[in-house]
Amino acid sequence: MAHVQDIEIRDSAARTALAADELQDAQGEKMVLNMGPSHPATHGVLRIVLELDGEVITKADPDIGYLHRGDEKIAENMTYTQFIPYTDRLDYLAPLASNVAYALAVEKLLGIHDKLPPRCQYIRVMCCELARISAHLLGLGAFAMDTGAVTVFLLTFTEREKIYDLAEAASGARLTTSYTRIGGLARDVPPTWCDQVRKFLQEFEVSLAESETLLTRNRIWVDRLRDLGVISKEMAIDYALSGPNLRGSGVEYDLRKAQPYLCYKDLQFDVPVGSVGDCYDRYLVRMEEMRQSMRILYQCLEKIPGGGANAAKEPVCIPDGKITLPSKLKVLSSMEELIHQFMLVTEGVNCPPGEIYFGHENPKGELGFYIHSKGGGTPYRMKIRAPSFVNLSILGELLPGCMISDVPVVLGSLDFVMGESDR
Amino acid sequence: MPTQSEYAYDSKIEGDIIVTRVDAALNWFRANSVWPMPMGLACCAIELMASGASRFDISRFGSEVMRFSPRQSDCMIVAGTVTYKMATCVKRIYDQMAEPKWVIAMGACASTGGMYRSYAVLQGVDHIIPVDVYVSGCPPRPEAVLDALMKLQGKIRTQPVLQNLNVVKSLAGTNQS
Amino acid sequence: MSATESAQKIQAKFGDLVSAPSEFRGEISVRLADAEKIFDVCSFAKTQLGFDYLVDISSVDQYGEDPRWTVVYHLRGLGHGQELRVSTQVSEEKSELPSVFAVWRTANWHEREIYDMMGIRFTGHPDLRRILMWEGYPYFPLRKDFPLAGKPTDLPGVAFTQPAPLEGGPFVTVAGGKDSIDREPRVRNPET
Repeated sequence: MAHVQDIEIRDSAARTALAADELQDAQGEKMVLNMGPSHPATHGVLRIVLELDGEVITKADPDIGYLHRGDEKIAENMTYTQFIPYTDRLDYLAPLASNVAYALAVEKLLGIHDKLPPRCQYIRVMCCELARISAHLLGLGAFAMDTGAVTVFLLTFTEREKIYDLAEAASGARLTTSYTRIGGLARDVPPTWCDQVRKFLQEFEVSLAESETLLTRNRIWVDRLRDLGVISKEMAIDYALSGPNLRGSGVEYDLRKAQPYLCYKDLQFDVPVGSVGDCYDRYLVRMEEMRQSMRILYQCLEKIPGGGANAAKEPVCIPDGKITLPSKLKVLSSMEELIHQFMLVTEGVNCPPGEIYFGHENPKGELGFYIHSKGGGTPYRMKIRAPSFVNLSILGELLPGCMISDVPVVLGSLDFVMGESDR
Repeated sequence: MPTQSEYAYDSKIEGDIIVTRVDAALNWFRANSVWPMPMGLACCAIELMASGASRFDISRFGSEVMRFSPRQSDCMIVAGTVTYKMATCVKRIYDQMAEPKWVIAMGACASTGGMYRSYAVLQGVDHIIPVDVYVSGCPPRPEAVLDALMKLQGKIRTQPVLQNLNVVKSLAGTNQS
Repeated sequence: MSATESAQKIQAKFGDLVSAPSEFRGEISVRLADAEKIFDVCSFAKTQLGFDYLVDISSVDQYGEDPRWTVVYHLRGLGHGQELRVSTQVSEEKSELPSVFAVWRTANWHEREIYDMMGIRFTGHPDLRRILMWEGYPYFPLRKDFPLAGKPTDLPGVAFTQPAPLEGGPFVTVAGGKDSIDREPRVRNPET
């Protein structure tokens, strides 16, 4: 006669813990697994050396530097304007934001960062917010793809292509824009740009709602993200996290509100803050930040001085020949402008000696530039405070206790980029 | 009804068969299903992802499956700056790929080191692995990547297949990678 | 309470070691004369003055001056929103100062990077090893006497380096020349 046996399947976490207990006497060996620099789910070239006890991680040691390109040493050998393309490639998901951050840092050193023409400020804010949407979309898309939800990746990339079109219309390049200059912008936006932004926002609202219905209340998504990778408030502040990682843990700190720069004082927006500090909170914070960015963009479109087509010919650069390149017609006909052009191109913008730090609210966190200048057109020392570098340092404490399949989820929720982290 | 011409074939007798040379057939298979191994290192990786997304759609060229396993892929697309720290990994992964394999150096950094002339950047991935197609641009537009893929397909179509057998023999003989 | 007042409180507690606060572009900086006291200053700032967020630690190579290294700490208090810069100097023979890892855990990676790039050691650091370059790389790249092109090294199985083709060196302008002929971009050879 058939013998029927009941099989009891407890939930996976309990089973793992039980297995770990049982195995503790049986085999005392832990396995070292190398999640190597070339890996589909490590968002770039990050190597994590994991020490595993079965499926549970007991120690995690991130190994970075596989994209260390020597940006800081290069900065010591370039003029301030020559370094702008390198800032594109720091956070290559949101190059416009990094451009604005660097330009504001050098302008703070010059003492003109609050004297920029208003049209320039509004366009820079619009570029920052478009970059924020773009970076969050890619972070979300790659995050969802790593956990298995591939449709979201394709949806977000379609929207990002529209942002690329906007960036290409404004600056000439899709990804590496190099749009800002010291004292202003490279050029004004084309006359139809603001209408294109408005059109994009209308389409983006629909697409964001679609991505949200696919993920936010999805049973699988919530189960995978909830209560995982919990970062407490104290831990977040102690590890100097910034951006959505800090706000997901309940700390309401946004540089756009705490130390307002450009025209953020005149704009109304909210700062989403999480409560628990798990991966799901950080995901929700990023989704809501995209909505707030849309709100900021609508306000900018209403308020931009000169309107979309700039019929009033508002300037986008500070009209100071020692900082901004003069117009080419004047250079070719007038002596003073010729000298200014020559000095600016060969020697760079002459900055006073001193040291400044400027922190900017990038999509990934706080991108800061510490510039130690001894006068002249090149910095003596430039330190780039990269948000991803600082955010990654928490991995050694966050991963132990998780299982291997949780690693892509934790990495995706921290949303770092190695170009910035390694510089 | 059987035909008289010796080059045509009668589909009623032989079915849907095409007669051709081994080289042409194998190269046609290989060219139209180049599975890339995306060595996505830096900003070019984002444009590589964009060329795999719906607007530029690399899968129309047969390269849909971006296999992250070197053993299952045909072409390594080195997208991004190769630093000296990463160079040994890139070489190791290239060695793990099965023949026939090709390399596309995407972007200025992979081709020649790009604008990063510094102490930590390998000045071109062709210092460590043989490159078939170089794509210029920083980053190259997805259209440029697709153009490179088409050039690679053109190169594959003209490759004599038996050459690979000679390579295997010489590898076995001289024990050299 | 503003950042200047916080700086004055630090000055009151530590006396002559701490300079008077200076201001540039709205930022308050103090200098600490003795680098050994940096741990005490930082823990005082965190526990008594509310500077619970360490934004950044940077290092500057003042090549040709003694002391050669300047280490700069950027402190911020999230509660009161003040920012303060504390900088201290270390001589080249010593090249060592206490780690502030016990005050803010974020200092871990910042100090590892400073060790990797400049060669300044931090006593009391739990795990001081290279972070951006590989273990066994013999040089400290951000020092002023290390060329941008790099020097050839070889660590078999790990990594190799070759000098980058800079055709004589980066052509950079030098500040502070009397006239534009002095300031013209020229080859800046490293000082070795």
